Amino acid sequence: MTQAQETVFEQDTVDKARAIMARYPQARSALLPMLHLVQSVEGYVSQAGIRFCAGQLDLTEAEVSAVATFYTMYKRRPCGEHLVSVCTNTLCAALGGDAIYAKLKDHLKVGHEETAGEPGTPGSITLEHAECLAACDLGPVLQVNYEFYDNQTPDTALELVKALQNGEKPAPTRGAPLTDFKQAELQLAGFFEGRDADLDGPSAAAETLRGARLAQEKGWDAPAMPENAEFPPIPEKK
Amino acid sequence: MANPLTPVLTKRWTEPRSWTIETYERTDGYTALRKALKAHPDQLIQQCKDSGLRGRGGAGFPTGMKWGFIPQGDGKPHYLVINADEGEPGTCKDIPLMMADPHSLIEGIIITSYAIRANFAAIYVRGEVLHCIRRLNAAVREAYAKGYLGRNILDSGFDLDVVVHAGAGAYICGEETALLDSLEGRRGQPRLKPPFPATAGLYAAPTVVNNVETIASVPFIVNGGADWFREMGRERSPGPKIFSLSGHVTRPGQYEAPMGTTLRELLDMAGGMKDGIPLKFWTPGGSSTPLFTAEHLDVPLDFEGAAEAGSMLGTTALQIFNETVSVPWAVMKWTEFYKHESCGKCTPCREGTYWLVQILQRMVRGEGTAGDIDTLLDVCDNILGRSFCALGDGAVSPITSGIKYFKDEFLALCDQNSKALAGANA
Repeated sequence: MTQAQETVFEQDTVDKARAIMARYPQARSALLPMLHLVQSVEGYVSQAGIRFCAGQLDLTEAEVSAVATFYTMYKRRPCGEHLVSVCTNTLCAALGGDAIYAKLKDHLKVGHEETAGEPGTPGSITLEHAECLAACDLGPVLQVNYEFYDNQTPDTALELVKALQNGEKPAPTRGAPLTDFKQAELQLAGFFEGRDADLDGPSAAAETLRGARLAQEKGWDAPAMPENAEFPPIPEKK
Repeated sequence: MANPLTPVLTKRWTEPRSWTIETYERTDGYTALRKALKAHPDQLIQQCKDSGLRGRGGAGFPTGMKWGFIPQGDGKPHYLVINADEGEPGTCKDIPLMMADPHSLIEGIIITSYAIRANFAAIYVRGEVLHCIRRLNAAVREAYAKGYLGRNILDSGFDLDVVVHAGAGAYICGEETALLDSLEGRRGQPRLKPPFPATAGLYAAPTVVNNVETIASVPFIVNGGADWFREMGRERSPGPKIFSLSGHVTRPGQYEAPMGTTLRELLDMAGGMKDGIPLKFWTPGGSSTPLFTAEHLDVPLDFEGAAEAGSMLGTTALQIFNETVSVPWAVMKWTEFYKHESCGKCTPCREGTYWLVQILQRMVRGEGTAGDIDTLLDVCDNILGRSFCALGDGAVSPITSGIKYFKDEFLALCDQNSKALAGANA
């Protein structure tokens, strides 16, 4: 390990990397979460981050680079304080997602995976268009640091981004109080210490509960379960 | 005759703090596990077979049969991997399930692992859903603290560890063998089959890969029995199913109804088409399932019904589009998605999706030529059935079905005077 690396990734990061490896029967399974971990330190996956993972897992830098470049969520250039991802897949786009993305691009004067402001500084924002974010009933959706802002319009999205640039952190529709991109990446690596209150962040939109609530109103239920449903006999071995 | 809606998986979602273990235990949670651990594992596999439960991730493979393929007494470790990489365009059922009721998935994982004799299970969840990952991690911690996970679970002698694994943004990892490679710390590219995961899956050991909704159904089947489960749905596609309605409907959302429910019935519950603008086209189960039109409102949405009508049930992600949306534009957007998500491993998909996007973009710009439709179909023909995995097959579905039902719109784009049709107009 070179000296430059040691200054970037301190003992705490090494400890966390080892903790990730210990979760799996085979250590290499730790690579994806470990790349999230290095991203939580630097705000992107730098060449030093690649070397760090390779060193921990006894892989070559080429092997780690091959993985890091395959996945959309690993950013190879420094990101802003916040990452704003706008769904522009067909359904969201038809409902206004394309217009939202165009409006934010215009306001921030950046394109896909580009950063407005000095990366890492307060109020800096990396913009991207994203593929389907699995919230289609709430479209058009966007995310900030992977927390959901549902049922957006170009105007609400612009207001949100301006607030982020001013250092405010408007609460997501579904998700925990906003932090920043690096903190989100730390959680994706599986480290949640001291953040128990995040769990109470809202999750159930009206859309999520529509069917369940309608069934309650109408008195519709699944058939009643029998008192004591028995298991079938143990099948005979063929 | 079952009710129009049959909330089973979604029933707890309306409970206050539904995601906590306190709520879960208060609403019969972990009773199925206690029952299951007293049974023989083979009885659980048999019960799952008897229930007729079929995979909810899109393919509809019989779940009990999949479990039965795991060789027993082979001396190898066995693994259960949950495919929570929900990303098929239109699909939005597993994420709300895991956010609202993560313990139903975890209880299902423990029962399934006991049945297939696995001592390690992983939940591979897409990385972009942080709140869901947060809730899953907390639920796993709660389950360990209560002795539902770890060593000698409820004094049964059964051990199980569960890890929540965040992906990193790759649709292809929803393909089960690509998911396994990704979980092993590699690029998420599909593997050649055979060998199938049942014999050589994670770390080349016997592995079951199942969807979230499938495994979350297991505790209910254990408690209610196979016959109870079969009271809902149809003979070959039994049980309840979460139908996700999105797009131009008055009340989009999650509706859990028996398999075989029709879009007409679902639309009725969802308040009909938004602003009364008529339905033009829809997907029965995500963008990889061929489009349907207003002619298909009465197709029973189960595995057989959707297939007989020329599509697939997929993930029951009903993306609904009204008359304002241009079909070629929608098809172009979906094709851009497949091009972006093609993993690059095989030539037909990698090169084919690239060229399909070029042609469709040109057509939507109003610069199409009369030969473009034939070229599109020819390229599709070279992708369908010739790609390494199902992503390629899915990529051609919107194009071939779009041309099948709306050829006039594609033809109109080749007419220089019809540029008005380009764009969503939404």
